[in-house]
Amino acid sequence: MNPVLTLTAADWLGMFQHFASLSLLAVGGAITTAPDMHRYLVDETRWLSDSQFTSSIALAQAAPGPNILFVALMGWNVGLNAAASLGGGWHSAALGAWGVLVAMLGIMLPSSILTYTATRWAHQHRERLAIRAFKSGMAPIVIALLLATAWLLTVSHNQPARDWPIYALTLLTTLIVWRTKVHMLWLIGIGALLGALGWV
Amino acid sequence: MPPMSEHEAPNRPRSKTDLFLSFTWLALQGFGGVLAVVQRVLVEEKRWMTREQFVEDWAVAQIMPGPNVVNLSLMIGGRYFGLAGALAGVAGMLAAPLVVALLLAIAFGGVSDAAWAQGALRGMGAVSAGLIAAVGLKLIGALKTNPMGMPVCIGLAVLSFVGVGVMRWPLAWVLLGTGLLGCGWAYVQLARQVTAKEQA
Repeated sequence: MNPVLTLTAADWLGMFQHFASLSLLAVGGAITTAPDMHRYLVDETRWLSDSQFTSSIALAQAAPGPNILFVALMGWNVGLNAAASLGGGWHSAALGAWGVLVAMLGIMLPSSILTYTATRWAHQHRERLAIRAFKSGMAPIVIALLLATAWLLTVSHNQPARDWPIYALTLLTTLIVWRTKVHMLWLIGIGALLGALGWV
Repeated sequence: MPPMSEHEAPNRPRSKTDLFLSFTWLALQGFGGVLAVVQRVLVEEKRWMTREQFVEDWAVAQIMPGPNVVNLSLMIGGRYFGLAGALAGVAGMLAAPLVVALLLAIAFGGVSDAAWAQGALRGMGAVSAGLIAAVGLKLIGALKTNPMGMPVCIGLAVLSFVGVGVMRWPLAWVLLGTGLLGCGWAYVQLARQVTAKEQA
């Protein structure tokens, strides 16, 4: 059952503050702060049911676009739950949209302001030795992080006897994208189809 | 004395609208993360940035808190058109995918538990792991012009990969450790280049 909520202005402000406080901690992607969102939204305030929380993450992963949209879907669901106490209907759309706005502004404003100002400053001083050293020094590390991300995603499937088709699909995709210009949407579509049919 | 990373890219966005529409289009192709599409579209197709510039920007986008691709679109938009460009970039990256995600949430809110949907996500996850790995492999070539030299770059990359992917140490610690090593060594090498040029 989804919660039926009556949210006050102070509650919305609380949600904004929670996301805003996580914004600056989200180094390496907002998904790293998902456990804390779960603690706040599901365990403490009970504004979201467990299944609403999980399906927000799953849907954002299935949809195109940046994965940060899982935060928007959480805001949407909080809005829907708040509208349920008002009888739903047009309240649902309005409060859902409001929830999206509050959650997304919270998670994005602090980090975006910091990134924008810091990178503008760095761009104006890009001839400085320290700035050039930072960019050159970090380059091999971030490339390694990309490979490590792919590696961790793959080994999270940890039963070789069952999961070898997953490994094969990932390896094949890597080679195709590395060496050819095949459109990525084809590959994603084929992956979804193979998965839906239960072949990987 | 222009730094070697400033080999200018052949093209640039024509207008803020061009920026917005380009980012919308690439975000809508980005299933399971947008990075691979960003690299292909901006570097290989539109040629707004060179491979070297992309690595440098990606390093900054990943180090700063906040969603990586959102940071990247802020930085790229801001470089060409200031604050308005940054907003156009972020809006392009988020607006259309947000609508798609909400429509999916309305239509399929309860479907995400179904076996075929879980399977499709699994298949798409395997493909997107491959996409990320391929980007990492493509970017290795950008290290050829790195002032630290290829052997040091590979050493740093291996250290970072093992730290994050095998030892599973927290990202922040690995970044701090290998990052300081990398930036420090890059600084020494760049300073040497500058002195050598001044003496010549």
